[in-house]
Order: sequence, then structure tokens, then C-alpha cells
Amino acid sequence: MKKMSVDDKLGINKFYPDEHNPHIEIDPEFTDEKEIMRVVKACPAELYKYENGKVIFNHEGYLECGTCRVVSGGKVVKVWHYPVGSMGIEYRQG
Amino acid sequence: MSDDRFDAIIVGAGLAGSTAALTLAKAGMEVLVIERGNWAGAKNVSGGRLYGHALEKIIPGFAEEAPVERKITKERISLLDETSGTTIEYADESFRNAETASYSVLRSKFDKWLAEKAEAEGAMFVTGIHADEMIVKDGKVCGVKCGDEEMEADVVILADGVNSPLAQSLGMKKELAQAETAVGVKEVIGLDEKVIRDRFGLAENEGCAWMMAGWPSDGGIGGVCLYTNKESLSLALVLTTSYIGQSELSVPQLFERVKQHPVIAPLVDGGKLLEYSAHLVTEGGYNMIPTLYKDGVLLAGDAANFVINIAYTVRGMDFAIESGRLAAETVIKAKEKGDFSANTLSAYKSMLDQSFVLRDMQFHAKAPKLMEHKELFTKFPTMASEIFREMYTIDGKPRRHLLKYAKPAIKKAGGLFKLARIGLDANKAI
Repeated sequence: MKKMSVDDKLGINKFYPDEHNPHIEIDPEFTDEKEIMRVVKACPAELYKYENGKVIFNHEGYLECGTCRVVSGGKVVKVWHYPVGSMGIEYRQG
Repeated sequence: MSDDRFDAIIVGAGLAGSTAALTLAKAGMEVLVIERGNWAGAKNVSGGRLYGHALEKIIPGFAEEAPVERKITKERISLLDETSGTTIEYADESFRNAETASYSVLRSKFDKWLAEKAEAEGAMFVTGIHADEMIVKDGKVCGVKCGDEEMEADVVILADGVNSPLAQSLGMKKELAQAETAVGVKEVIGLDEKVIRDRFGLAENEGCAWMMAGWPSDGGIGGVCLYTNKESLSLALVLTTSYIGQSELSVPQLFERVKQHPVIAPLVDGGKLLEYSAHLVTEGGYNMIPTLYKDGVLLAGDAANFVINIAYTVRGMDFAIESGRLAAETVIKAKEKGDFSANTLSAYKSMLDQSFVLRDMQFHAKAPKLMEHKELFTKFPTMASEIFREMYTIDGKPRRHLLKYAKPAIKKAGGLFKLARIGLDANKAI
């Protein structure tokens, strides 16, 4: 099987983006790079980027797993929610 | 009873929720299932194997009509080194019997079917609705809030999955601890039905379950599981979250690397990605079980952390089904008494204790401790490879007796004492 980027993998999934409700809020005050990088590395969908000392979260492709919340232990990720009903990922295989 | 009041509300249309709904509806109760996905199954993911016994009790012969993928008749377990793998295979005809059979399943399809069975019995499902908050009056749960709408019932069964924000909001379940929680990343890889049978040596409609540990988790606790579906493979990497960050590689990078391993690459060769998913897996076992009942509320399935990983297999779906059924039985009895207090609902815990759910979870309570032996994931696969590599390498060079090369290989892995220690722990755990 050819190597695939995570973006290409997410492109295969069925997804209804929820533009109006942020599911995840980042704590801008938190700056411990080591902890931030753990969250960046943990996300199966590679939705976290750490650029110029800032954490950026992109909700598109969100797999709703909760790994970032567990790994950050309340530090990097301040608020974590599922998307509102009917939005987000729709698994066809599961 | 007003229009918006139910005997029971169930949050989550997974295996626990739909089984509870089915059982309650059969008993003539008015039950509402609230599911945030657009249909039951749309948010549901798991590794891939369902032990059939729990559902067999409720729907005898269910596999005849349910969308199961393959009946598992072949078990494999491997220790992987970077470039090699040591595998044990066990194939057994008796695994074909319905009473002991297990099946590979794809949850989006399977859970949809189970929800329809519950619906046919009279359970009401509302989909595409997220249950936001619990309604608690005088310390008693009496419903859920979805946006501006309030829905009330005598009792709520929370079957809303591993994260269960609602159980957390009630203080019944603590935030998942990193050392006890793993992330599972999974690909469903499409392959021709015949290709799957040929690659795994399978008869028609029969399948293989395969657990692999070692190199894939890059020094951490974890492993790979692979299940053959009818026309696809479920390949997943599971990693304990406390380890993340110790490896240079990210979780998705570790997963991509797995597919390049010489044991795995030929199995997925030519496959087409059908879906990429991720899900948390609780691995704390018996010691991680939350508060299972309170006034007006019960937890079932993943929400109750009913999962065990015992290295050669992982279980959760049969626990979800049984706990969903027992939660429903508890509610039926509570309804007869007209009392939904914690005192009455405590029957749930007693029934679980007597069932295979808590009996097996308690039996394997030491499994998480066994997994803490890092050697299982690092030095052991290398030891096995070193021994078998020399045994099977015939190249005209002088041969050596087994003990000559096995002894240093064992010593490098920590020595006989370490091996015995882990063997004893394994005996207590699995």
C-alpha cells in the first residue's frame, strides 16, 4: 500500500463541518512546548499545529476521539466538546 | 404520562444503548434513545471483533441475519521486531459453533442493524441530536437537555461511549487517566473477498483475528490488531496515551510505519483505504470501573469503561451488550417497584458482579500491570527474533546448538529471572 498523508486519509472520510461551534478551545496562556508537542503528536488527524509559539487547531477532519483532551490533562486543551448533533464525522464502516 | 415523558431515556445508540432499548421495549416500556449521529452507528468505531455469546442470548442465531463480516476461526499473535516477526497461529473448527463464535464486525453497519431491531420492538430513536446536559432535581437524575428542549424520564441510561461527558458531569466517571487510556487509530482497507481468503488461508465467510506487539509501539505500551472483514481489513494501532511524546514519531506517523512492516505490508498490498478513524480505549480494566449507578441513572458499555485488553484478545462489545441488557433488567424491576433510587438501582451492580462482565474483568484485574513490563514490547520480540533467526538460517556456516544462542538472547532480554517474573505475572493476569 502506498504511503498516504493524513490529509489524504481524511479526504476519504465523510464529514459535515460545523463552522459555527468551536468544539475545542486552546489555552493561549499555556506555553510549555514539551506538553504542547505531545498534543500535536497525539492527534490522529494531525489537527494541531504549533507555529511561532502558537497552537493552532483546525476542526476540519475532527475524528471526535478525545485523545487531545486526555493527553493534555486540562492544560493545552481548555474546552473539549463533541460537535452539535448530526455534524462532524459520519463513519460508514466504523 | 405527558407526551415528553418516558419510562427511560438512553443516551447513545451503540451496542449497550440499543441492547438496553431492545430489552426495555420488549418489556413494554416507553423508551427513547438519543443519538448524536445522523443514524445509529454513524459515530461508532471499534477494533473489530464481537464475541457472540451475549447477543446470542437475546437474539438466538443473530449472525444469520445481522451484518457480521466473518466468523473468526483463526487466531494469530505475533511479536514483531523491526524487520522480523514471530507468530503463533491457532485455528479451530469448534470456533464455528454459534455458542462460542466470534465475528469481525464493522460497527457503522452492525449498530444500525441492532438499533433497527430495537425500533421494531417499539423503542423510539431520535438521531442527529446531541444530549447536552443532565437534568438533576434534588440530587436525582430525571432527564436530559438537548439544546432548549428538556426530555424527562424515570431513569436515564448513559451509554454515550468512552468519553461520556454526561457521566463526567455527574461526577460518576473521572476524566480518563493517561496511563489507563490508549488511543486506537484504524484504517479499513478494501480488498477483494477472494484475495483476503487467499492471503489469510480462510474458508468462505471465515476470518482471522491477529494481535501484534513489539516494534509498532516504538517502546511504549501498545500493539496492532488486524481483523479480516468480508471485503476489507480492519487494521488498528493502539497506544497508551501516557507514552505519546516519548517517541520521535507522532501517532499517525507510527500508524503509517506499521503498514510498511515486512509482516504487514504484503497483507495490505494493493488495498484501498475506505475509512480512517480514531477512538479511545480504556485499558485500566477492573480498577478503572466508575460509579455505575446513582439516583435515576445507570452507566453501561464504554461509558462504564467495560473493556479489557489481555494481550491475546481485547473485549468490550460483549460487555457492552450484557451491561445494556442488565441495565434494562434493573430498570424493569425498578419500574415494578416504582422506585428509581440508587438503592433500587444497586441491583445493577449485583447482577453485573454475578455476570461474566465483572467476573471476567475482576479475573483479569492484573492484566494492566502485566502490560507495564516494557520488555514485552521491546526486548522480548528481539529475543524471539534472535533465537529463530539463527535456528532458521542455513547458509553453510558452522551450526550451533540451540542453547548456545538462546542463552545470550535471553540474557539480553533481562535474563531468566525476568522471564520467570513476567511469566508469573502473566499467569495471574491472563
